[in-house]
Amino acid sequence: MALTGVLRPGFIQLRVLDMAASVEYYTKRIGFHVVTKGEDGRVYLKAADEFDHHSLVLRQADTAGLDLYAFKVRKDEDLDSFKKRIEDYGIEVDDVRAGEQPGIGRRISFVIESGHRIELYAQAEMSEPKPLIHNPDVWSVEPHGMRARRMDHALLYGPNIEKVLNFFVKVLDFECAERVDMPDGLLAIWLTAGMKAHDIAFVNHPEPGKFHHVAFELEDWKDVGNAADIITRYNISIDIGPTRHGITRGQTIYFFDPSGNRCEVFAGGYTYYPDHPTRTWDEKEIGRGIFYYERQLNDAFLSVVT
Amino acid sequence: MSEQRFNIDVENINAEFCGSSTGYADERVLVSLERAQGFGKLKNLPKRLPVGCRRGGCGICRARILEGNYKRDPMSREYVTLEDEKEGLVLLCAIYPLSDLKVRLEPKCVKNVEANSQSLEI
Repeated sequence: MALTGVLRPGFIQLRVLDMAASVEYYTKRIGFHVVTKGEDGRVYLKAADEFDHHSLVLRQADTAGLDLYAFKVRKDEDLDSFKKRIEDYGIEVDDVRAGEQPGIGRRISFVIESGHRIELYAQAEMSEPKPLIHNPDVWSVEPHGMRARRMDHALLYGPNIEKVLNFFVKVLDFECAERVDMPDGLLAIWLTAGMKAHDIAFVNHPEPGKFHHVAFELEDWKDVGNAADIITRYNISIDIGPTRHGITRGQTIYFFDPSGNRCEVFAGGYTYYPDHPTRTWDEKEIGRGIFYYERQLNDAFLSVVT
Repeated sequence: MSEQRFNIDVENINAEFCGSSTGYADERVLVSLERAQGFGKLKNLPKRLPVGCRRGGCGICRARILEGNYKRDPMSREYVTLEDEKEGLVLLCAIYPLSDLKVRLEPKCVKNVEANSQSLEI
């Protein structure tokens, strides 16, 4: 197995203003399942096509936005080596005990220079529903709603993106698959730990710790159309789409959860290998980089975050 | 379904009259303003009507209620504090009219920004 260290995104914890409305939205509309509810009120959810315990955690709060984004690493001892590398880089690392989230082993937790809390963990129990393993059918329980197959990536907004790029590449061994450079500096980066076009992305933004979107992966462009029908049928707040990104090539829709946290469903995107060059975009063509068909940014892309 | 209709007057942040929308008791005020903008009924806006998440989270559509009554959904305390709320500040996407309204757009409050960081508004 060539993949070592950080494997992929594991779970995201989001703040929501109305838990009942949020659970209904992520289960009936996005197509996720509730795994369990914690004593502190947090709700743990997953897609039926994911093996691990959960990939989405909702926490009731009086503000919307991101609590933390966690990546799964290959081996338990990776946590010790990453802890040392992160501390040597100059960022404080907190230990989070096993079981702080149900089904998840010990985590290391740290705040990067954009103001976001990032975590790493190695152990996760499996939970139902999950993909079949022996003589597997294509699904174990019938896909519903938008038929999301997994929590795929997030786009985060904050300052010091040059430093964030350096940290992810030098300390966490990510690769930069794509970037946007404006005349006055680096605007955005798409980072991958594996072979997807991105596992996490950042846009330079003056406010630290802001959340742009979490993305859920769909099977194909037809399912993107099905998601668009659901968005209108259930009066879900739309941002833009269906459309396509030039960057990553994903076919996409942006819309908002009941607390105003932006979601994306998307299909496609290229395969990245670590020997590939970083694809680059400039100010003149950023429009079709972000929205390939509209060829310009909408008002909300750079300004609407939670 | 009997629909209760209300008139909603909107002012920009310089207190200049921009126009009016027809609001409904079961519809977010911001959504009625988006429709009015589509019909070309809103003028004097600095850019466009500030539309973001439409669900009380992002704070873009912050406004002051000058006259009238409304009911409210949850809205992020990051952008409407308890003090703001007492002053009549709201997010237009998270309120529904209970009478005719007069509203004035307010700037979004931006927090924790380093003085030397560049703005990326396009």
